[in-house]
Amino acid sequence: MLNNQGRPTQPEAASGETIAHKTFTGNRGLQTHEPLIFETGRNDVTGVDIDEPEEFTPRLGAMLRKATIDLPGLSEPEAMRHYVRLSQKNYAIDAGLYPLGSCTMKHNPRLNEKMARLPGLSDIHPLQPQSTVQGALALIDELANWLMEITGTHAVAMSPKAGAHGETCGMMAIKAAIEARGEGATRNVVLVPESAHGTNPATAALIGYSVRSIRADASGTVRVADVKAALGPDVAAIMLTNPNTCGLFEKDIVEIAEAVHEAGGYFYCDGANLNAIMGKVRPGDLGIDAMHINLHKTFSTPHGGGGPGAGPVVLSQALAPFAPVPFVAKDEGGHSLIEHAEGSQSFGRMTAFHGQMGMFVRALTYMLSHGGDGLRQASEDAVLSANYIRACLKDIMSGPFVEQPCMHEVVFDDAWLKGTGVTTLDFAKAMIDEGYHPMTMYFPLVVHGAMLIEPTESESLASLDLFIMTLRDMAFRARRGEAERFTQAPYFAPMRRLDETRAARQPVLRWTKPETVQVEAVAAE
Amino acid sequence: MRYLPLTEQDRGMMLQRIGVESIDDLFADIPAAKRLQARLDLPKHKSEMEVERIMSGFAARNVPADSQPFFIGAGAYKHHVPASVDHLIQRSEFLTSYTPYQPEISQGTLQMLFEFQTQVANLTAMEVANASMYDGSTGCTEAVLMAHRITRRHKAVLSGALHPHYADVVVSTSHMANARVDRLPPDVSADEDILARIDADTSCVVVQTPDFFGNLRDLSAIAEKCHEHGALLIAVFTEAVSLGLVEPAGAMGADIVVGEGQSIGNGLNFGGPYVGLFATRQKYLRQMPGRLAGQTVDADNERGFVLTLSTREQHIRREKATSNICTNSGLCALAFSIHMSLLGETGLRKLAKVNHANAVKLADMLAGVKGVEVLNETFFNEFTIRVPGKAADAVEKLAGQGILAGVPVSRLLPDAGLDDLMLVASTEANTDADRRALADALKGM
Amino acid sequence: MAGEHFTNDHEYVRVEGDEGVVGISNYAQEQLGDVVFVELPETGKAFKRGDQVAVVESVKAASEIYMPVDGEVIAVNSDLEGEPATVNSDPAGAGWFFRIRIADKAQLGELMDDAAYSEFLKTLE
Repeated sequence: MLNNQGRPTQPEAASGETIAHKTFTGNRGLQTHEPLIFETGRNDVTGVDIDEPEEFTPRLGAMLRKATIDLPGLSEPEAMRHYVRLSQKNYAIDAGLYPLGSCTMKHNPRLNEKMARLPGLSDIHPLQPQSTVQGALALIDELANWLMEITGTHAVAMSPKAGAHGETCGMMAIKAAIEARGEGATRNVVLVPESAHGTNPATAALIGYSVRSIRADASGTVRVADVKAALGPDVAAIMLTNPNTCGLFEKDIVEIAEAVHEAGGYFYCDGANLNAIMGKVRPGDLGIDAMHINLHKTFSTPHGGGGPGAGPVVLSQALAPFAPVPFVAKDEGGHSLIEHAEGSQSFGRMTAFHGQMGMFVRALTYMLSHGGDGLRQASEDAVLSANYIRACLKDIMSGPFVEQPCMHEVVFDDAWLKGTGVTTLDFAKAMIDEGYHPMTMYFPLVVHGAMLIEPTESESLASLDLFIMTLRDMAFRARRGEAERFTQAPYFAPMRRLDETRAARQPVLRWTKPETVQVEAVAAE
Repeated sequence: MRYLPLTEQDRGMMLQRIGVESIDDLFADIPAAKRLQARLDLPKHKSEMEVERIMSGFAARNVPADSQPFFIGAGAYKHHVPASVDHLIQRSEFLTSYTPYQPEISQGTLQMLFEFQTQVANLTAMEVANASMYDGSTGCTEAVLMAHRITRRHKAVLSGALHPHYADVVVSTSHMANARVDRLPPDVSADEDILARIDADTSCVVVQTPDFFGNLRDLSAIAEKCHEHGALLIAVFTEAVSLGLVEPAGAMGADIVVGEGQSIGNGLNFGGPYVGLFATRQKYLRQMPGRLAGQTVDADNERGFVLTLSTREQHIRREKATSNICTNSGLCALAFSIHMSLLGETGLRKLAKVNHANAVKLADMLAGVKGVEVLNETFFNEFTIRVPGKAADAVEKLAGQGILAGVPVSRLLPDAGLDDLMLVASTEANTDADRRALADALKGM
Repeated sequence: MAGEHFTNDHEYVRVEGDEGVVGISNYAQEQLGDVVFVELPETGKAFKRGDQVAVVESVKAASEIYMPVDGEVIAVNSDLEGEPATVNSDPAGAGWFFRIRIADKAQLGELMDDAAYSEFLKTLE
């Protein structure tokens, strides 16, 4: 006899409107509410087994910690669930296109992670005897050689911990060089274009320089005449991003470098956009004196939700003597680490140890995988993809600077949204509903309502085409008056738009025990 | 090339759509004379297998901490990290996401940071903590700059037992920022008279506990004197596990507490990436550098988290920002937070106790070695010993015998006349056999 | 000489005898968006025209407030610390920043009156 018992294998035909009811848990399928560890953890629970030590006489003097620390613990299964559930609330490169301009959100190969976890590279201490870390020093040296070859420079300071730290390092080398010339008191101005990243003026100010702004002209680039007009005996340096934040190559860069040098200043190049030019042109050949390289952008060390980064700084011959310690030196006997600045012109030290070794391993792995040919191809594909997006959207979304090709990112403005009731922010938030991370918004500041898109070289043509079609559909809808689709977006993300005003007006920056228990008890009586 | 999805055919089709002949047309803005004519002088692309072979070659020429009796500390410590920590931080959604600027699709990172901030504040007994700094040394420098902003003074007094590299970083940056530093000479036995250095120009006093030489310090009197003179006390630690057993600086009146968080959740990694912990008093919140996650609600009135108070930061304030930092150490902070959640208060206290017990055992053992002297009265898991001859030679010789013994003080303070001093650390990762091996080897020196 | 006088940076000073009440214009608060924090000067301090005396922050922007004329700060609106939103809801009234003793009333002549300020705003699109 046939067994006709069991579950139905076809859904029943929908009987009309689907009703989105509230669930008991507040969860929606795989989208779950996850409480804070302080709400579920208990101070007497632990997920790590540690034996009590045998009786001993402490040597703490009077410094024993007495009061409760108040750190909740989770068993391992609870911890796994908590963090996996949290992770599911994040967008990620691994999950989809991440077109954040200026951030170079490219694929992060897992081979990099595997290599970074080799015990011989991860389980070594920065202060081990140098004879026991020759491989690590050789690796740093090898990475330095790649960076110098790619950028056409003479030296590289490896220790800076991130891009802004690299900027600080480069600018400190410049300041040290100027002081060595005896001009420390007179040269105290740094030229920064209006289109620069915010870190540039912040870095200049940090090391005691004042900032003189250079306007970007209507073409989106800096004109040599404007630089010349701003130059003078008080100028220490110019800080220029190239390719710049409008996604354009600074055509006058050689003349700008020459003018700055002629006036006795140095040229700091923000290397955030190196991904556009590898194997095509070398910044050193263009006359730059210092440039930080964001290993977490160009060389794919993962962004990790906001760090850690790594920001080695390549230096010209003029600045090389002022590089910070420590640095790796090489002779017949092998590699050694120079750890002290005494007796040299080095400006000192940037960080406790040698820099972001874990990121060095990943970056070198990435470089070896690509080779010189692959790096060049990566840059070409990144630039090709950005121009392709521009070509496929320019009839429907307006953008400035159309008379020159863009580099690895393309900027649109919000003129095309005029009268629709939809802002750049709304448009970006609606991208979330379509399953995309928004592009960079309102940056660069010189473009009104800017939308800065950087696809990177990691997208297939099919992926680019779907992205383009999605934006086209959204643009049509915005213009057709479907404003509500945008102004209330996102609808389908783990959360709706968050109240940032409230967060800033009444900052709640840590969890505190609610005092409601007693109040409720009183109310119940 | 396995990471590049475009085919030659795709590329041709795309160029056509753009309306150019060749890829080089897109690079036309690069001055022709400067365009690279030749290929980069670099090897060609390689398969995974070939790359692994090369990287393993580098790795093979290093001695991992796990492979030998290991007692090196001085600002980075060998601890066991639970397997689940490394698994969780490799979740795609944590590993390959950007800074959580779009809170609707970044709640995982944001909630984690909020939890991290709370853990750090509780651990240091302070009121607020940020979402992490690059590492302890850069955090320390940022704390000094913050104190200058708050007090509108420009002189920092550094204890002679502050980690020498931390002091170096403060000195280098202060020189550039036109601020003054009064750095005390090395203070091996915690008897420097730092109170005498505090005057009307002093913006802050920077003291480490457990200090560089391992001594535990009561900071209460320094805090009091600082506050009398309108200066701030910055307390530094390099071993976060110590806070499971040792009185936190927040309970002793510190205004800013900064430290290295590597010990929890993070490996040695030859010096980085690490994670700087940074906490302060509520009243100084708006002068604090770094990112902050804050609680709020969304349009449906559900609790959520956002990056907040960002007007302090460089992308808005530009040259008036509190700091030029734009990244934190997100993934390392995540590793810290996961490990800390696994430990909980119970686990952390036990871990700290085991560390201390192991160090006490080692100190007792080494004190019994002829010619070796243990200098500390108090310590947590690291202390200073005096050895016959030069400590650097001893360390090198012991390395030849398969023991990674400790850090010669002269490596960090070369001209201080402390050539016979060595820092020795013992964590939960050391066995009795390890300690015995070190004691025996020292006997034979 | 009474009423409000405006600067190019959108501060106003409302003259009351020898004293002036300083705040930001309605246009400025609209441009800033939701104000979340106001940093006020110390009372008793004297400033020159153009000196930076205060900071006003919204979620997305921070602006410096400059002294409209020479003078000494004699009172600040500490209510703004708890209720920065008042700057948005009533910039000309309860959302004032601080009160000064005007050192040189002649300087007021160099500021814009209501009509001139309205004209000035038209030039900003």
